Amino acid sequence: MAIEKGTWKVKVGLAQMLKGGVIMDVVTPEQARIAEDAGACAVMALERVPADIRAHGGVARMSDPELILRIMDAVSIPVMAKCRIGHFVEAQVLEALGVDYIDESEVLTPADEEHHIDKHQFKVPFVCGCRNLGEALRRIGEGAAMIRTKGEAGTGNVVEAVRHARAVLGAIRRLQSMAPEELMAAAKEMGAPYELVVEVAKLGRLPVVNFAAGGIATPADAAMMMQLGMDGVFVGSGIFKSENPARRAKAIVQAVTYYNEPKIIAEVSKGLGEPMRGLEIAVIPEAERLAVRGW
Amino acid sequence: MPRYGVLALQGDFIEHVQALRSLGVEAIEVRLPEQLQGLDGLIIPGGESTTIGKLAVAYNLVDPIRRMANEGIPIWGTCAGMILLAKDVGQIQPLIGVMDITVKRNAFGRQVDSFETDLLIPALDAVSTAEERGKPFRAIFIRAPYIQKVGPGVEELAHLADGTVVAARQGNLLATAFHPELADDTRFHRYFLKMRS
Repeated sequence: MAIEKGTWKVKVGLAQMLKGGVIMDVVTPEQARIAEDAGACAVMALERVPADIRAHGGVARMSDPELILRIMDAVSIPVMAKCRIGHFVEAQVLEALGVDYIDESEVLTPADEEHHIDKHQFKVPFVCGCRNLGEALRRIGEGAAMIRTKGEAGTGNVVEAVRHARAVLGAIRRLQSMAPEELMAAAKEMGAPYELVVEVAKLGRLPVVNFAAGGIATPADAAMMMQLGMDGVFVGSGIFKSENPARRAKAIVQAVTYYNEPKIIAEVSKGLGEPMRGLEIAVIPEAERLAVRGW
Repeated sequence: MPRYGVLALQGDFIEHVQALRSLGVEAIEVRLPEQLQGLDGLIIPGGESTTIGKLAVAYNLVDPIRRMANEGIPIWGTCAGMILLAKDVGQIQPLIGVMDITVKRNAFGRQVDSFETDLLIPALDAVSTAEERGKPFRAIFIRAPYIQKVGPGVEELAHLADGTVVAARQGNLLATAFHPELADDTRFHRYFLKMRS
């Protein structure tokens, strides 16, 4: 019997296996092991977490392949890595390394301001960020097999992730209430492929897994994103920029599983030490906001 | 109406819940030990076996699930669930550890080696309609494990072309390395429901 690799089912399927879980940014093999021990369902291998990318300035690029390989060797859970928006050769390199998912990410400096990567050309699946339903469906149209909110990475401030999650989920609810003949106008208005708009209206959800990302710093933040209707969470700077990463990581994992159990969320939130120092969005100059990268 | 549980600590539990409900049985998400009471069967879904195992230990689910297994209540593990049911996975991690199989994790490689293929599974004939009989089952393997060794009393249900064992049954315990919950084919779920004697 023929074996088929890199199919749409297999790409979307890995994201389905990550649901109800926490994907953590790590910058060393040691951090990757701490994340795995805490119960992370995957890690994102990076040279710098978004908060440090922000502080460091300059052009942020794909991480050193050697670092990514060392993190892949350190853990048995899936390893993701980021490439710049539109940088299809960085994506080819990451695929050659054997990473399990590529994040075409606004956290890095975009390589192409007009075009995202044609993700259908790859066997490895991609996750992409979005601020609203139109953006999510454009990325899925290009081949993204998983979607996440952009939020505002590296701030420890959940407000933008909430805004983007509500924008996506609210727009889906509105599509569901529309008459069939209204869907073409909706597709035009949001700049999304018509077939995907029809599919979303029918399913009442995105056709791929939809995670929250960008500013999640506490167990309560994570549980709120789950209660809003997200399938899981990415935590970037929030864990390893906090006082006690191992405990906080474990607490966030439990808060995502028990997102509907306030008593458990209260219990796991006790004595976690200082969270990462947050950033008020209004103090970030327009040019340094990450969510506006890509379209 | 029979009442089934799907362990909902992490992974693709909703897909199993939907498949069960489409077959007309009650299906609930299980996160706490008291939710295991009175179940007619339990599915441990796909996901990350280390994540699910750690949460199962932290929330005292391991012993009650072992008791269910010993009492003869049907339990089915898909992918990560199969890893958790196995007695031996070649490394130290929290397991339910009730099924006499040796499982190798990530046995086919990383995600770029994940695949789908057709499997001929004669055991499914018992639950097949005339139209389905003999039809291959579309199996989706995602960073999948396989079964390296089965103990006495374990029946091998499905093999890849090279003979690799990818599904097995030991009495009330069922294990598949692939994900029937991602296929548009409910024969495996029907097979599991029939295991309740």
